[in-house]
Amino acid sequence: MSDSYYDPKDLRKFPKITEWSEEVGTKFFDYYGKVFEKGALSEREKSLIALAVSHVVKCPYCIDAYTQDGLQRGITKEEMMEAVHAGAAIESGATLVHATQMMKKYDKLSH
Amino acid sequence: MATKSLLARKKLMAKAEEQLKFLSNGIFNNELPTFKNQLEKINDFPLKPKSLEILQLNLGYMCNQVCEHCHVDAGPDRKEIMTKDTMLQCLEVIKSTSAHTLDLTGGAPEMNPNFRWFVKEAAKLGVKDFIVRSNLTIIRANKKYYDLPQFFKKHNVHVVSSMPHWTRGKTDKQRGEGVFDKSIKALQELNAVGYGMPNSKLKLDLVYNPSGAFLPSNQEALEQDFKIALKEDFGIEFNSLFTITNLPISRYLDYLIASNNYEDYMYKLVDAYNPAAVKNVMCRNTLSVSWDGWLYDCDFNQMLEMKVNSRIQHIKDYNEDQLQDRTICISQHCYGCTAGAGSSCQGSVV
Repeated sequence: MSDSYYDPKDLRKFPKITEWSEEVGTKFFDYYGKVFEKGALSEREKSLIALAVSHVVKCPYCIDAYTQDGLQRGITKEEMMEAVHAGAAIESGATLVHATQMMKKYDKLSH
Repeated sequence: MATKSLLARKKLMAKAEEQLKFLSNGIFNNELPTFKNQLEKINDFPLKPKSLEILQLNLGYMCNQVCEHCHVDAGPDRKEIMTKDTMLQCLEVIKSTSAHTLDLTGGAPEMNPNFRWFVKEAAKLGVKDFIVRSNLTIIRANKKYYDLPQFFKKHNVHVVSSMPHWTRGKTDKQRGEGVFDKSIKALQELNAVGYGMPNSKLKLDLVYNPSGAFLPSNQEALEQDFKIALKEDFGIEFNSLFTITNLPISRYLDYLIASNNYEDYMYKLVDAYNPAAVKNVMCRNTLSVSWDGWLYDCDFNQMLEMKVNSRIQHIKDYNEDQLQDRTICISQHCYGCTAGAGSSCQGSVV
């Protein structure tokens, strides 16, 4: 066993999850592949969305994968960083918008 | 960024035998299958040529640039240049070959002192597709090269040029400071004489190879991005974009090792191995001729000094029937041509 929770080499083993649960594993990978095909959004746009979400969900495997995917697609570092900020802004906004709850409660309980 | 070739810097990876030794050991001892293993699985070992389509001549390793990923290890310090005698031998072969494409490469082929003479003579022989691989900056490097666009036009040359990205930063990082601006200027000059323009017969294609330890993405999608960006930002037009995977040899191999990316990159190539690409790898329809007239299955094998496996090994003894009966020399670098949609000097192959 590795003495680290995250080993970059484990990303290559991702497809193996189907070995312990073939039906849902296969369905997941089919779905995943379909989602990232060109549709109303380009594959390039989807790659940037995936990169932003990878940061929000703090998945090191996904960050590695979608940084590389972006490089392969010719996405610049400026575009990548803007995408990460868009994700971060939503994430911090999601925290801050709860401040309205705090304010409401504060006002209710205070004179 | 280095200003001298690996050879001038006396680096270990300047030596072909050291590169081959490196590529055949380490992770290929037990972790990863060798390229030979893969061919055996699909009953394609030994790999044999198909009909000859492309004759690629390397006019010399001298170049005005020292690109970070150059598989030729070209640069201003390289003095290997094809002589007029060897060029005459090549012309004799061009007269009788069944290849429909003549492909001149380097270094910067334009720096060969007999380049223009050779182009004029070869153009007379009625080759269907006559390619010159121009690095673009050579057109702006010195006054004596300023008229190259007109010269190419006069001889109906098909220009294929490297362009790693549509942004200055990425291009200059791979190819050197100032390369982007000079390349843009050269492309505009090629457009001005008709190259790459809609309805023009003068073809201008660009070659993209990744500027780092990653593989190229879909060729069509990248072509679209290049076309939009170059048109919007600089008014530049071109015909097609060829995506080329960096092969782990020479300066690129040196970079992979130095940046601790070698193993990850080889895993990527092996994971992306596509048996369907084997059918169309360029070594099956190409012959590569070195500056000193030796024959190779491809330009990469030339740099690894893996001469054709045939009794005919030099242009002076050229015999197409015997050469077509050879088996193709392979090593682990061949994974670069079979990853994903495959890779060749004409872009993806699947």
